[in-house]
Amino acid sequence: MDILRFATAGSVDDGKSTLIGRLLFDSKAIFEDQLEAVERTSRDRGTEYTDLSLLTDGLRAEREQGITIDVAYRYFATPKRKFIIADTPGHIQYTRNMVTGASTADLAIILIDARKGVLEQSRRHAFLTTLLRVPHLVLAVNKMDLVDYSEARFEEIREEFTAFASKLNASDLTFIPISALHGDNVVSRSENMPWYEGSSLLHHLENVHIASDRNLVDVRFPVQYVIRPHSATSQELHDYRGYAGQVAGGVLKPGDEVLHLPSGLTTTITGIDTFEGPVEEAFAPMSVTLRLADDIDISRGDMICRPNNQPEAAQEIDAMICWMADGLKLQPRSKLIIKHTTRTARALVRDLHYRLDVNTLHRDESAAALGLNEIGRVSLRTTQPLFVDDYARNRLTGGFILIDEATNGTVGAGMIVDAR
Amino acid sequence: MLQRDYTTSQLDVLEAEAIHIMREVAAEFERPCLLFSGGKDSIVMLRVAEKAFWPAPIPFPLMHVDTGHNFPEVIEFRDRRVAELGARLVVASVQASIDAGRVVEQTGRRASRNRLQTTTLLDAIEEHEFDAVFGGARRDEEKARAKERVFSFRDEFGQWDPKNQRPELWNLYNTKISRGEHIRVFPLSNWTELDVWHYIRREGIEIPSIYFSHTRAVFERDGMLLSDSEVVQRGEDEPPFEAVVRYRTVGDMTCTGAVASTATTIDQIIDEISATRITERGATRADDRASEAAMEDRKKEGYF
Repeated sequence: MDILRFATAGSVDDGKSTLIGRLLFDSKAIFEDQLEAVERTSRDRGTEYTDLSLLTDGLRAEREQGITIDVAYRYFATPKRKFIIADTPGHIQYTRNMVTGASTADLAIILIDARKGVLEQSRRHAFLTTLLRVPHLVLAVNKMDLVDYSEARFEEIREEFTAFASKLNASDLTFIPISALHGDNVVSRSENMPWYEGSSLLHHLENVHIASDRNLVDVRFPVQYVIRPHSATSQELHDYRGYAGQVAGGVLKPGDEVLHLPSGLTTTITGIDTFEGPVEEAFAPMSVTLRLADDIDISRGDMICRPNNQPEAAQEIDAMICWMADGLKLQPRSKLIIKHTTRTARALVRDLHYRLDVNTLHRDESAAALGLNEIGRVSLRTTQPLFVDDYARNRLTGGFILIDEATNGTVGAGMIVDAR
Repeated sequence: MLQRDYTTSQLDVLEAEAIHIMREVAAEFERPCLLFSGGKDSIVMLRVAEKAFWPAPIPFPLMHVDTGHNFPEVIEFRDRRVAELGARLVVASVQASIDAGRVVEQTGRRASRNRLQTTTLLDAIEEHEFDAVFGGARRDEEKARAKERVFSFRDEFGQWDPKNQRPELWNLYNTKISRGEHIRVFPLSNWTELDVWHYIRREGIEIPSIYFSHTRAVFERDGMLLSDSEVVQRGEDEPPFEAVVRYRTVGDMTCTGAVASTATTIDQIIDEISATRITERGATRADDRASEAAMEDRKKEGYF
């Protein structure tokens, strides 16, 4: 059994909470005491139906205001897969939450109300999903019961969205007509829509192929921690020196010739260690420890790759930035801390090329700054070289976060588009 | 080009993520510690720590906040496991906090030291200058926890501010803090109760005996079975009786309920949990029942 992480975008009005509630309920991931608590609260508030959003809206402020503020993580499993849902609020003022939820997602579900069709917010959700390179996108056209399960209406929405998505170079795109309230095409195929020949939403989630979404081609091993036991009792351990980290790309094997950055020196992998013993290969997302043939000065923040396939060692970086700070703005001359893989440096904003309107995709080149939840293209110069790939090629070596030196807050997320 | 499908099993993915988190803390903080209660989640966390730094020993001490009302079987297990690993254990005692006048013991039959632990914990963090504290909390446990970050910032007062959390993207964790602040780190955030049990089975990890079915003198309160012990104030109207039970969670004796169970092996426990329709905290924890937001309120004060 493997894991599928998916993000859901939409508002309560689109039936998102109902959909999640149904997936959890039908997979027995909602327990009786949770359901009773939700029923009790719904009753106390005079709500006529059981408000399943209360299951995910866990914070007091969310319950009081009846809105989702933050990303909530939910878990369920079927015999085929374990699922992690990042349930993100859909409103524009929560763009940073959606970006956060999408950053680790294998798949995103965007909900559309069949009566309303493709709205501004649907386009925004699709854009953000594509910007974050979520490999699989599902357009769940909900409330089909309210349009008489009409194939024509579904096709109309599919065509409109497809036309828009072609501008985004969205990856794998699947359309599923559903009724979350009645369960049509959620867990099993609906008898109300015989014209629909695809799979149910859950069947799609269980079977979508994600193993090859990881980068298995470009070997990238950011050194995270150097393990040196310094054992006084064992001679073997006394000299042990291992480079621990989580594989960010490619497949590593003992005997492989590898290159160390920043030194540019080459050496050979003599062993890949785990607690259970040495292994024959390592690939993402495995956490392992490498032993190398030569005594090279290697420390945290360095990168192990292949001599003929190296990341860019760059101090000039162009990236799409999603700004996440309340109050502070990103503007030319801003100085920030940048954390990329296991390396932390300082970065200077050299230029803000444009601010993107996330609803219309219009580029505003006159923008002087980025505020909360705004996205734009920025040039940065860093104090040390970072070993980077384009985000489109590898999300782990192409993404970074920005930290404000004054408050220590995480103020931005970046996706590298060009580096030198 | 690829000869096979590089699928990774769910437990391997969760373990790799937890190892990554632990190494990140060891690399970026000066003085981390790991909260070890002898409960199943902290046992799993300790095993992951053992793996993360092998063949070197775990590079940080363990800490237990001892209410003085813990199950003796669990304390015995704790000490044995610590000795096996050759780890350093810091015991922060709620009794000592009471004796020093830092907190006042509750009275009455519902008296519990659960809430007092927060002061003891925060005092110990300050005394030892810990800047990162690993906890075994999982997001599936409770709705406030479902919103908490893996690296959860605490201010100088140890407080959690749920409305002002740092965004957490990819596997990049912001470890920056000022002096006096600390980060609570939850490497098992994405594990469910069943994942924990499947992992215990796969790894063949020993757990305290009270997780398995046994006969115990108990009494009933609010639909929960509490252990009949000198540290729990039992009323005249709460007669004790013997029952065949096990513990699904392990906390303070005054607020942790047992569940009727005949499960004597890990396999039987897994079967039982797979079939149950009640969450672990709902079934066994009086401390969460105080109100709809009981956990959120305690967490804001600095609770685990």
